[in-house]
Amino acid sequence: MTVTSPASPSAAPAGVPGPASQVHRIRIAGLLRAEWTKIRSVRSTLWTLILFVVITIGLTAGLTALIVANWNAPRAGGGNGHAQIVLDPVGFILGTGISLGQLTICVLGVLIMTTEYSSGVIRASLLAVPKRLPMLAAKALVFASILVVLAEIVVFCSFFVGSALLHSKVAVSLSDSGVTRAVVGAGLYLTVLGLFAMAIGGLIRHTAGAIATVIGVVLVLPILSGLLPGNWGAHIDAYLPEQAGSLVYGARPRLGQLLSPWEGFGVFCLWTLVLVVACAVLLERRDA
Amino acid sequence: MIEVRGLTKRFGSKTAVDGLTFNVEPGRVTGFLGPNGAGKSTTMRLILGLDWPQAGWAKIDGYFYRDLPDPLRTVGALLEAKSVHPGRSARNHLLFLAQTQGLPARRADEMLDLVGLADVAGKRAGGFSLGMSQRLGIAAALLGDPQVLLLDEPVNGLDPEGVLWIRNLMKHLAGQGRTIFVSSHLMNEMAVTADHLIVIGRGRMIADASTSEVITRGTSTSVRVRTPDAQRLRELIAAEGGTVVAAEPGPGEPPPVNGAGLFDVTGMEAARIGEIAASASVVLHELTPVASLEEAFMELTSQTLEFGHGPGQGDAMAYPGGGYTGPADGQPGPVGLGKGGAR
Repeated sequence: MTVTSPASPSAAPAGVPGPASQVHRIRIAGLLRAEWTKIRSVRSTLWTLILFVVITIGLTAGLTALIVANWNAPRAGGGNGHAQIVLDPVGFILGTGISLGQLTICVLGVLIMTTEYSSGVIRASLLAVPKRLPMLAAKALVFASILVVLAEIVVFCSFFVGSALLHSKVAVSLSDSGVTRAVVGAGLYLTVLGLFAMAIGGLIRHTAGAIATVIGVVLVLPILSGLLPGNWGAHIDAYLPEQAGSLVYGARPRLGQLLSPWEGFGVFCLWTLVLVVACAVLLERRDA
Repeated sequence: MIEVRGLTKRFGSKTAVDGLTFNVEPGRVTGFLGPNGAGKSTTMRLILGLDWPQAGWAKIDGYFYRDLPDPLRTVGALLEAKSVHPGRSARNHLLFLAQTQGLPARRADEMLDLVGLADVAGKRAGGFSLGMSQRLGIAAALLGDPQVLLLDEPVNGLDPEGVLWIRNLMKHLAGQGRTIFVSSHLMNEMAVTADHLIVIGRGRMIADASTSEVITRGTSTSVRVRTPDAQRLRELIAAEGGTVVAAEPGPGEPPPVNGAGLFDVTGMEAARIGEIAASASVVLHELTPVASLEEAFMELTSQTLEFGHGPGQGDAMAYPGGGYTGPADGQPGPVGLGKGGAR
């Protein structure tokens, strides 16, 4: 066992300059490293990301295989359920996996902010970075970097698995019109969705409330808005975050689509930007 | 050096910190004393830029905390509330803090060694006992080798060995010229640790004086006298052996009316002062025994009961009865905090 002495902390560690030599400068690299340490050092990160990979690729593979195997079987409710698949195979392949896979990204995005508050580590974080905003910026940048790499890998895997399974019925390749944009766009959509959830986590600061809000916005709101009548209803529906953002991973426009894929993605980015700015303003103003 | 000027913080209708003004000087341990709910933690959070004050300000070495370039290298803080993610290891907690300040990673290991947590460096902090969590908090506070330390109830949850270690650590660091500001609701603990005391109750300043002075004031009573014939009565009291102290009207008290003199008398009972005044036909407007600091504390403590603190708190606030002998000298030198450390 070690016997330690109160004298020890007085010995300034070598290579540590005193405060006097520290002029005002933002230690961007240090902040990024710190946020990376924070994200990688809790288990919830690893588990939600594993779930993301498994659900997104697994669901695409499973559902595509199921539909191909039952291609000629009569569909519940009749009608030609394959029309949309034939019209927009890449949208179908990506959409099946993302529909549930995106929820893991939502949960992780929320947790990254809310666990700071629930555990109280926000106090340690803000004592270290009292200007607050650099911490938020570093956290967003590190999280987005992890997401964009992982999400792009996952959606490309998802596409290759799905298109291989679907090949006997509908042929689709990256060289088809809009397909590469849709696959790349799917990864970008998931990345921005992570920041969207993170901002809501930072605004609400409680895990359960924030997760409920994000899932409400992503899953429930589109269902409700689809019921709105008339032209204005269609416009509200089109500009909702998830409705607009998801356009970017479909190759062909849906019936009555008001926005182009990139316009829709732009609208989603604007929603996210507004929330991130609100999160930043409140982080700055509220007591920690 | 910490400067606090007119610091005020309200939460809704409750004023937690009410116009506090004081300095915390380097080179000594300054105790921050008051009953639970007096506003000690809030004051520390305001100094550290975690909460925004409604009025007033606090600076550390001439800077607002927010403007410190590498805050952890200037100020170390141990807050009362937990500030560690339960799923993160002790080492990773210190590592990310070190990275924000551009400190080398080995600094985290050095601090874990120092507080005796090296053996559990990789264990998740959620499984730590209160004492281990407290030691991790102290490791975080000392991480940047700061010149200023703010410790909120640092001995909470520590075993007697740990309490002694903290006491000696604080004295040692103060002896190196550092600024040590340590809060407690225990008068006894502060009496043996602090050189100087800042005492607050319900967010207001009660005393800002050396520890010995506070103890002296706390154990002697004085009598407040208000009379139109102040000069004559002062002379009579002095002649009878009482000590006259000029008094300022307390907060919320009316200023002297019609030139009536107001002063405090120590070393003499109120009854004796009344007799002196009567025999000399001096009119008295007021003759009030002034509560000692101890009594003031008791009163404040009973008022904080409404916030849910149990009885018995008053006992903890009480001064060591009359025969206080001063800080226990000749305490053993460096003491290991390591659990079951070599003895």
